[in-house]
Amino acid sequence: MTLTKANLIGQVYKKHPTLTKAQATESVETFLALAKESLIGGEDLLLSGFGKFNVKDKKSRRGRNPQTGNELILEARRVVTFKPSGILRAKINK
Amino acid sequence: MNKSELIEALAEKMQLPVREAASITNTIIDTMSDALAQGDSIEIRGFGSFVVKEYDSYIGRNPKTGEKIKVAPKKLPFFKVGKDLRERVNENRKK
Repeated sequence: MTLTKANLIGQVYKKHPTLTKAQATESVETFLALAKESLIGGEDLLLSGFGKFNVKDKKSRRGRNPQTGNELILEARRVVTFKPSGILRAKINK
Repeated sequence: MNKSELIEALAEKMQLPVREAASITNTIIDTMSDALAQGDSIEIRGFGSFVVKEYDSYIGRNPKTGEKIKVAPKKLPFFKVGKDLRERVNENRKK
């Protein structure tokens, strides 16, 4: 099974009877937009109890195309990494 | 940004009480944690996806002492950043 945005909206709608379907949709969209904005702005995002999304700058390095073995230069780039919180890890392993 | 800052921003944008925004945020985070705890994956377009990987037990070493230790089987969540977010995070590096 895969959880999608539609499932998140459905769950918010179900658990929050004061919200209309449109508001439930908007709140999930806004939540995701705010999370993205933080990372795009280069700021880490810490969701306590779930995990931390880090923005990391990677230096340029020489790499290889694993298919052809040709050497190539991988340019400096900025990436997002995720570190699960202890609480989430414990929950998954229960 | 941390969770309470996100909650405040959500309350302001949605014109909802902070208490309500906090409750919505917790529903979203709990729903995602529950899915992963069940071994389900998560796929959110434009943001990213999560999968749970399972590891068998293996013999590892304590990197400090070199001592051999048995590592118990475990499951770990992995995040793969979505295309849109990956590109926008990287574009902003140059600015």
